This record gives sequence, C-alpha cells and structure tokens, in this order.
Amino acid sequence: MTDTNKPVYTFKDFASDQEVRWCPGCDDYVVLRSIQKALPLMNRKKEDFVFVSGIGCSSRFPYYMDTYGIHGIHGRAAALATGIKLANHDLSVWIATGDGDSLAIGGNHFIHLIRRNIDVNLILFNNEIYGLTKGQFSPTSLIGQKTKSSPFGNIQPPFHPGELAIGSGSKFFARVAGGDTKLQQRIFVEAEKFEGAAIIEVMQNCVIFNDGAYDKYTDKAVKSDAQLRVEHGKPMIFGKENNKGLVLEGLKLKVVTIGENGVTEGDILVHNAIDPDPTLHLMLARLEMPIVVGVIRAVPGKTVDELCNLRLAETRAKSPFKSVNDLFASGETYEVK
Amino acid sequence: MTTENTHLEKRSLKNVVIRFVGDSGDGMQLTGTQFSATSALLGNDIATFPNYPSEIRAPQGTVYGVSGFQVHIGESAVHTPGDDVDVLVAMNPAALKTNLSSVPPGKTIIVDTDSFTKKNIAKAGYEENPLLTSQMDPYVVIEAPITSLTLESIKDIGLDKSSADRSKNMFALGMVYWMFSRPLEHTIDFFKKKFKNKPLVIEANIRALKAGYNYAQTLELMPSPFVVLPAKMEPGTYRIINGNTATAWGFMAAAEKSGLELYLGSYPITPASDILHELAKHLHFGVKAFQAEDEIAGVVSTIGASFAGELAITTTSGPGLALKGEAIGLAIMMEMPMVIVNVQRGGPSTGLPTKTEQSDLLQAMYGRNGESPAIVIAASTPENCFDYAFIASKLAVEHMTPVILLTDGYIANGSAPWKIKTVEEMPEIKNRKVTGVEGTYEPYERDPETLARTWAVPGTPGLEHRVGGLEKQDITGNVSMDPENHQHMTKIRQEKVDRVANYIPELEVEGAQEGDLLVVGWGGTYGSLFTAVNSMYENGEKIGLAHFNYINPLPKNTKEIFKRFKKIVVCELNMGQFHMVLTSHFPEFEYYKHNKIQGLPFSVVELMNKFQQILDNK
Repeated sequence: MTDTNKPVYTFKDFASDQEVRWCPGCDDYVVLRSIQKALPLMNRKKEDFVFVSGIGCSSRFPYYMDTYGIHGIHGRAAALATGIKLANHDLSVWIATGDGDSLAIGGNHFIHLIRRNIDVNLILFNNEIYGLTKGQFSPTSLIGQKTKSSPFGNIQPPFHPGELAIGSGSKFFARVAGGDTKLQQRIFVEAEKFEGAAIIEVMQNCVIFNDGAYDKYTDKAVKSDAQLRVEHGKPMIFGKENNKGLVLEGLKLKVVTIGENGVTEGDILVHNAIDPDPTLHLMLARLEMPIVVGVIRAVPGKTVDELCNLRLAETRAKSPFKSVNDLFASGETYEVK
Repeated sequence: MTTENTHLEKRSLKNVVIRFVGDSGDGMQLTGTQFSATSALLGNDIATFPNYPSEIRAPQGTVYGVSGFQVHIGESAVHTPGDDVDVLVAMNPAALKTNLSSVPPGKTIIVDTDSFTKKNIAKAGYEENPLLTSQMDPYVVIEAPITSLTLESIKDIGLDKSSADRSKNMFALGMVYWMFSRPLEHTIDFFKKKFKNKPLVIEANIRALKAGYNYAQTLELMPSPFVVLPAKMEPGTYRIINGNTATAWGFMAAAEKSGLELYLGSYPITPASDILHELAKHLHFGVKAFQAEDEIAGVVSTIGASFAGELAITTTSGPGLALKGEAIGLAIMMEMPMVIVNVQRGGPSTGLPTKTEQSDLLQAMYGRNGESPAIVIAASTPENCFDYAFIASKLAVEHMTPVILLTDGYIANGSAPWKIKTVEEMPEIKNRKVTGVEGTYEPYERDPETLARTWAVPGTPGLEHRVGGLEKQDITGNVSMDPENHQHMTKIRQEKVDRVANYIPELEVEGAQEGDLLVVGWGGTYGSLFTAVNSMYENGEKIGLAHFNYINPLPKNTKEIFKRFKKIVVCELNMGQFHMVLTSHFPEFEYYKHNKIQGLPFSVVELMNKFQQILDNK
C-alpha cells in the first residue's frame, strides 16, 4: 500500500466474533477466507465496506464479516445494495447471494441491478440446489436432477448465470471454482476496482445436498483440462500440457491442440475482456468443456449510482432554490389580508 | 369587457359547487383547476375533487370515458368539494347521463349542443336526445353550440381541426367565468407560460376563452352573474395544493429540517405516482427519487438507504403495500427509520384504482408476518398531508422504526388553499446518529425513554455492525434464537411503538365537548364529517367530532373523550376497520357504525341523516 493515510489491515480485521456455522467442508468457508484476505489488498477503509445478503446458506455471510452488514430478506439483497449505493456512492458494497436467492425469488432485482450497472460486487454462490431449505432443485439445477422436490428428476431447464447476466447487459462477469482461493482473491480485487455491477459466479459445492456437482471441473485429476482460466490480453490456452486452446470455427468455439493439424499458438484466440460486443463473452460463459474461469467480461461503462450523483450535484449547483422555503413561496401564491 | 354588463345587478352567493364533465380527453381537469385557481386568487376558500376514469383515453363519447372535476368555492370555509352540484358543465351526452343525478332540481346545466349528435346520444345509451325530453324540465338548461362557436372563433389562425377542437373547454370555462364574475387574466397568463413555444395554441385558447365569456355576456345567459365574496381566512400567503404535492413537500421539509437527504424508492401506482413525480423534480434539494423495478425493490432499497443514513421513504397504494409487507417487517426487526406512504384506493386486488377508500387500515396495522407493530398515522385534508408527512418523518427518525402514513385518493388528488409554511416554523427533528462510542458499539442499546436504538451509518469508523431479519439479541444485536430473548424483543418492539403515545398530541373534539353523539372518523373523511357535525352542532345538537390522525398508537386521552358522550358512531369508507381497532382497545363502549364502500367520499347529507337517526333513536 502506497497511501500511508490508509490503515493496513490483515484478514483478521475482517473476521467478526461470530462462530461460522456452515457445514464442514463447504466451499463457503473458502470464499469467506478469500474475501477476508482480499479486502486488505483493496486500499480502502474498513468502515466503508458493506456486506448485504438475502436468505440462504451463503446469505449468512455478512454475520461473519467485521464490516457493516445487512442480512436481509429472501431475494432482495440487490435492492438493499442499490439503496445503500444510491444513498452513499463512496461505499464498497458487496452482495453474498445464492442461485435460489438471486435467480429465482430475486431474479428481477438481479437483472435490474445489472441493467443499471450499480457499482457493487455480487458473489453468486451457485451450488445448483437449495441448501438452507434442505434440498429442493434450484433454477440452476440440471434437467433430470433428483432432489426432494423433483423425486422423478427435474424437468425445469436451468439458467446459465453468465448468460442471464450478460443478457441483462452485464459489464463484468467472472467465474471461479469454490475451492480456488487464489483466483477468488484476484477476482475480488478486480471486481472492487471495476466501476459497475461485478457479477462473480462461484461454482460452490454443497457437500450435503448436491455433493460433487462440479467434480468434473474441480477434481485434481481433471482440473487443468477442464478449466480454462482467461486473462485479458492473453491467449486462451489451457490443459495439463498447456497445449490446448480455443479457436473460432464459424460461429462456434472449438478446442484445438497446439502442434496438431498445423495449429500454432498464434491461432489461439486472445481474450479481450473489454470488448463491448458480448458475443464472444457469451460463448465463453456458456462453454461447458472446458469451463471458463477468471474475468470473462469487464467492459467500462456508466453506473446509475454515479450518474445519479453527478446529476444531483449539477442541478444543485444550478438551482435558484437553496431551501424548500424558496420552492414553497415560488410560482402561484396569493395574499389573504 | 366587464363594463358592458354593469347594468346587471350581481347576485351574491355564499358558496357554489361547479362540476365540469366531458370525455377524458376534453381537458376537464385543466378547466377545473383553472376555475379553482382563479377563485382562490379572488380570496375564496376552495376544495376540489377530480374524478377520472382508470382508462387513459377511453373511447370518445362513452359513459366509461367520462372525466370530471368538481370545485366548491365559498365565502366561508369549505371543507369538502360539495355534495350537490349547482352548475354542471356537460360537454357530451355521456357526461350528462353519468352526472345528472348529482344535480338537484332548479340547478343549472350547461351543455354543448354540438356534441348531441345521433351517434353520441346512442353511445351514451340514450334512446332519444335527452335535451328534447321532459327529463330536463326540472333544470335551468343552457344550450350552447360550444364546439362550433369555438371553431368559428379561431378559424382564421390556421390551427388543425383536432387542435382547434381541443380549445372548446376554454370556451366553456369562459362562459362559467362570466356567470361567476371571474377575471380571465389568470388563465390567460397560464397559457402564455405553459405553451411558451406554441403561439398558435396560446392564441386559440385565449380566443376561445374570451369568446365563451363574451357569448355568455351577450346572450345574458342568466338574469345576472353571481358573485362569491372572499372567504374570511387567516391572513397570510397561500397557494393551492393537492394532497400528493403536500405529501412530497412535507418530506422535503423534514429532510431539510433534520439535515438528512431524502431518498424515495418507489414503483408507479395510481393514485400515489404523483408523489414520485413531484419528488423527482427536486434533485436540486438532494432528493433521490429512485423508480425501482417493482414495489418490493422500492421498499427494500429504501431500507438500504435508511441503513446508509438518509431520510428514506417509499410511496405506494394498497396492492403495493401488500407487496411491501415482508420488507416492512425487516425494517421493524432492524429497527430502521423509514416512512411508507399508502395513498389508499378501492380494493381488494386492483379494485377501483382511481377511486377512494379507507380499506387498508387493517393492512397497515397488521398486514405483516409475525408480531410487527408499526406506527400508523393518517392525514385528513389535502393541505395537512404536508404536516403528517413531516410528522411521519420525525417519528420514524426519532423512534427508529417504520411509520406508515395513510392518505387516500380523495385527499391526494383533491386540492385546497394551503397557508405556506417554512422549515423554520416546523418542529425540530433530532436523528439518533452516532459517530463514535467508548468500547464496543452495541447497536440495540436503547434510549430509556423512547426505547429507540442508535443509528450507526456505514462509513463511520469503529461502529461496524450487522443487522438483519433474524431475531436479535437485545443490546448486542447478535443473532439469537433464545426463547426468552424473543419474547423480550417482541415486547420491546411493541412497547417502543406504544410509547410514541407520549410524543403525539392529545385528541381534540370539535363541536360539542360532551353530550349525545360523538362522531368518530379518521383520515380523509374529515371534511365531510366536520361539515355535517358542525352544521348540526350549530343547530343546537349536542354532537361532537373526534377525528383521528394518530391510529397506532392512539392518543392517550381517547377513552376519556369517549366517556363524555352517550353515543359513539364510527364513520369509515370501509366495512368498519377502525371500529374493529377501537373495539379491541376499548371494548367497554358501544359503537354505532356508518360505512360506505362505493369508491366515493361521504356526502354531508347522508351523514347528517345518519346522525339524526342515531340521535332520534333514544
């Protein structure tokens, strides 16, 4: 930290005195620790952080952070955060939410938060199941998935959070595995720097109700071949041998191997996270194998909270009214004697 | 132009009720507001009531497309827009048909004969032209070819026919201005300002207005024009204000007084949207009017803004309050200050969106899960919406709890003269913000008198804390599932609201202070109840009015007042919701009920009949 006026924190400064009560082995512990480690890197005052949530396992998050926080009602964290941010543009506002909270009951607030590009950071704990209500299918559960409320297999097609976010106009979308604390920390810092609604999907394993949902991406044995970690300006190369990459074939992404069929490193697509055109970002977000992690999209744009503040300052400077008294006495008034 | 008719002796009237009715596109609201404003400028007391359909532009000429505006002007105080119409201006057969029953025999009806075409007569559901039948005999009917005379008066200015047609309301207004000896200047100035960049529109409207005035004068429509002398009003500077604007301004005054910025989270809904529109204009006062994606986001973002330290309000009407219920419970649990305005309309469901009703009282009181008491107050006139919006803000901020402010479509859209207030003359608002504490910050530590907790706002060093919807341990605010604590906290939240009774004014009785009949009302029915009670009281009846603005908690002297009367009648525009509240608080009294659920306000006559009936039944 170069700014000597800002205090120096460690992760301990952000841990509250409350006992963490998630199930043993839950990825939520990893994310909590990642956040507590990332916040000291953000060069901001502790009192400026606000964590808000809705309802669900992950929504207990604010209680475990020694920051300002609200544990709200189901689905409404985005609306809480919007109010906070419109009221005080200078705060760093974080949302901890799940796939049920943000994509089902809070779906409307989720898409409008994105549409308005409110400058908050939303961590979407996607475990493809309802945990706190004990095991019903969620809007990201897979077709055929057997849950307590779909004993014959789920027949409702899932949302892809990335597709929904980008379709809603998202300027920042990132994805990360639930156990990958290093990448989480990097993304969190990126998200904080980004001005606008930063949506971070965490592939979070629910050890109780949907254990192993992401094994095909996160098992040590397959991880390097199953996850493509993108970085802006770098070719999209992955794999155990670091020799696989993405190319465009027609209008589709295709996985190729460098050195085979005449493919060279120069043929591999270079990731451009700041391209306003969302076409490629959507394809990356939707790609199933490998799954793309890292910051997929980070396009600078105007935020409604900032516009609101700017307009407020402008009109205030121009207004002839300094007090509401001036307004009340203006226009059509008349005297009674 | 008034010199020519000076030979006519002007007749003086105490008060007059005029109703302008026409198609919803005929500009009846504008016509009515112009007449009201001009009359107020002459010093009359006024009360107005617009009555418009829920369709924006219903098919022309149909009975469901009729829009009306009623104004009551008087040389003494007027408290209602009036029951019976003295002068009806009907721009088409449908307007005549739907409003004739409000006009007593002997009163005046002005009709635009041009609109009584075969087609329009049929559309209105008449079998033959009503003007040619005996049903018009009881009235003084003034038949004027308003449309054609309007077109004639502006034919040479080059306006297209449909725009020209639209000036006919000004012709009608001109006629009424002559009838009541009103000057034209105010309306002429209005058009000059309003249509600054449309000189043709200005010209057409002014010409039509003058043509109507001259037509009435030349034809000597009536034996002589009327005069309504200025009312004896408290001296001061006034302006005409409607309830929704007064509500918005009350909040703005509260924000300035308290040093907080005003945040509104709202979703458009009739008849509350005008508060959003008004506040959206005043960004320059730091007012953030946020139009949310739905009712829930409106209220939830308001809780967020409150947490962040603003004077936070949300505005809605009945169905919206239903959607906000869970979030209001969150604010009660978090003990955050906020105001929820419910401009009541006819329900249930979508109900009667543009009509008035008082049927959300129990929803405001109890419409949430769990034991979730909120302060409930109600404005009772268009102009005192200002005061109650201010008081709602004060109570919310000083007691750290949500306040529900009830108004209704009748006072929200109705207007009356408002003696302008200044921020300086309003009571102090002390917020409970903290900037630092010794030791650990305990968010649920309370003021021993009010039981209000403190308000620690993000950005304040050292006061980081978490609040939320889960039950809180008292003092620390930590999550607690402890049974004893839950009971304790439930009682605290109730006690906190109950103690507000120590900070609100006592109930006052108007009319007889003790005696035979106490009329009890609340909210927007004040005007009609007062007029009825006062008139009977002046005739020697021992009748008094106790009108409630504070519903939860009730004023401390309520019981003492009830004891002073032999009979009590509770009058409401619902099935008896306040009656239910009173019965549960004071079961020792017997109550009569008078209820009306027609989407309309009480008429003074029906109230007086009812009260007389109760008094006679000895």
